Amino acid sequence: MSVRVLVAKVGLDGHDRGIKVVARLMRDAGMEVVYTGLFQTPESVAASAIQEDVDVVGLSMLSGAHMTLAPLVVEALRVRGSDIPVVVGGIVPPGDVELLGELGVAAVFGPGSSAEEIVGTITGIVSHST
Amino acid sequence: MVEESAEERWRRLYDQSSLRAKKFTTLSGIPLAPVYGPEDAEFPGVYPYTRGVHASMYRTKLWTMRMFAGFGVATDTNARFLEIIRSGGTGLSTAFDMPTLLGLDSDDPMSLGEVGRCGVAIDSLADVRDLFAGIDLSRITTSMTINSPAAVMLALFVAQAEEAGVPRATLGGTLQNDILKEYQAQKEFVFPPRQSMRLVRDTITFTAAEMPKWNSISVSGYHIREAGSTAAEELAFTLANGFAYVELALTAGLSVDEVAPRLSFFFNAHIDFFEEIAKYRAARRLWAKWMRDHYGAKDERSWQLRFHTQTAGVSLTAQQPEINVARTAIEALAGVLGGTQSLHTNSMDEALALPSEKAARIALRTQQIIAYETNVANVADPLGGSWFIEELTNEMDLEAEVIFAEVAKMGEGSMLEGCVRGIEENWFQGRISDSAYELERSFNSGERIVVGVNDFTEGNDDEDLATLVITHEDEQKQLKRLAKVRRERSGERVASALERLAHDAGDPTVNVMPALIEAAKAYATVGEMMSALARVFGRYVEVPTL
Repeated sequence: MSVRVLVAKVGLDGHDRGIKVVARLMRDAGMEVVYTGLFQTPESVAASAIQEDVDVVGLSMLSGAHMTLAPLVVEALRVRGSDIPVVVGGIVPPGDVELLGELGVAAVFGPGSSAEEIVGTITGIVSHST
Repeated sequence: MVEESAEERWRRLYDQSSLRAKKFTTLSGIPLAPVYGPEDAEFPGVYPYTRGVHASMYRTKLWTMRMFAGFGVATDTNARFLEIIRSGGTGLSTAFDMPTLLGLDSDDPMSLGEVGRCGVAIDSLADVRDLFAGIDLSRITTSMTINSPAAVMLALFVAQAEEAGVPRATLGGTLQNDILKEYQAQKEFVFPPRQSMRLVRDTITFTAAEMPKWNSISVSGYHIREAGSTAAEELAFTLANGFAYVELALTAGLSVDEVAPRLSFFFNAHIDFFEEIAKYRAARRLWAKWMRDHYGAKDERSWQLRFHTQTAGVSLTAQQPEINVARTAIEALAGVLGGTQSLHTNSMDEALALPSEKAARIALRTQQIIAYETNVANVADPLGGSWFIEELTNEMDLEAEVIFAEVAKMGEGSMLEGCVRGIEENWFQGRISDSAYELERSFNSGERIVVGVNDFTEGNDDEDLATLVITHEDEQKQLKRLAKVRRERSGERVASALERLAHDAGDPTVNVMPALIEAAKAYATVGEMMSALARVFGRYVEVPTL
């Protein structure tokens, strides 16, 4: 069965080039992709992820709010009893990558990540968690 | 009377221009002419301005080195502004944080984690006052990069100036205020498109009547390109939006010559060197032709497309970030050879974080090398007449005209209606995403090389660059500042100002600017003013499409 991914923009950041391009590249690789649209809250993303029964949640973040918002999405999923893994893509300073890992983010994809790397990592995370 | 030839006209204008040096030579002493070409060539400063809007171009005045800056609370950004001025920057450009760009107060629940991150947090008049403290706004022009709440920010700026005893008529600067490209590309929108255009109309008519030195809109292709468009799409969508604003002003009873000279443009300088130069040349020629022939502008200033350039953030890599200095230098050179009026050069660390002070200084130094060491600014349009550049300029021109025809068709002859419908029908957004996707596929397949990303990766594991750290303290600091404003102002005065604002917004025949200025002076917050407008205008929700 193909991997189902929810891709989401949380918070106020309107930069959607990355998320749209990555979503299409994931589709090309045979994944099923659901896009939430802009300006979501951690709660709305968690609710959609559970409702859509996805295997992984991908957050796209450029504005610098990742340290605040990404852990809140993880938390919103966990308080709803879901263990869906969360990955982050975007502009994340090197020092924050490890911190995000400690806060429950399964992977971080920085600028220049290839489609192959993103798809491969997500597939690995999903097969590991199920 | 025999009509003046283009060359004679250029010569007359050139001879009237003041020059920044007594003589212009190469490093080895070869004397340089102000422009090169045969007698029957096009000339700078002469319609259709392909070769530049000024006859003497950079011989009179170099471009404005306008560095975009903003982070933390107003006092932090004020300190960076003062540093930019000390380092020789000649213009300011304010970056606002995401909550401010979306018209939210720093204490709004949606603002959590975003306060002071991507720019400076501005909630009220108190913040605007601190932002410009110690800066002589009569000497340094200010650009404010804000769109949905542009009218609100203009009101705050006017209120601050008048409080300091500076009359609004003397204020010079630029408001980005280009809402169309927000729906198309940058996606920082609040109200639905048609309601937003009402606010743009009000700022155009207000500044036309009361602020003669103010540029009401900076029509921006930058974000369209950053969102993934091609060069020709950037050019065509931007000019189409410019035509839409001209038509908007016409519907408000202004003449084309009252609005067009107040529009400035803002383009990207991407990494394809010659394509970018051709894009700027075509932009000037197209605008001149459309203003003169299609809209009937008589004033030459209406024909002259003036533009700001920023190097392409999207071309920078997180891998081996120091090499971004080279990319930015090449892009900046394209902007200069293309005749830009002002320039922002990106910092090498922008694919990692907000620029550190050192990275921002190196970026400014890059412009200074181009300006003062390379001698490229001594001759106008140095690439004009190159078979390649001329042909590429024509290609850009043709491709743009095809897109204009499509937009006009969507609007049944109206560019204003065509731009709004194109947004409502996801036409612009769809084209931009398609182009972004195609480009990304070419990187993924290895068909196109990005140094440090899909080739030449030795060095990618080098030590990390020191980047700017924005702490959570900035958010707390701003929340305290805002709480103080709320505590000390007159609640009654705020309430009545907001009531008047909502009333005026509900009457499309009224200009909302006076009500906004009154509310700003009463210390109403950005969020309160935007909410009052949203109660009347509604809020826009984009249908998510991939």
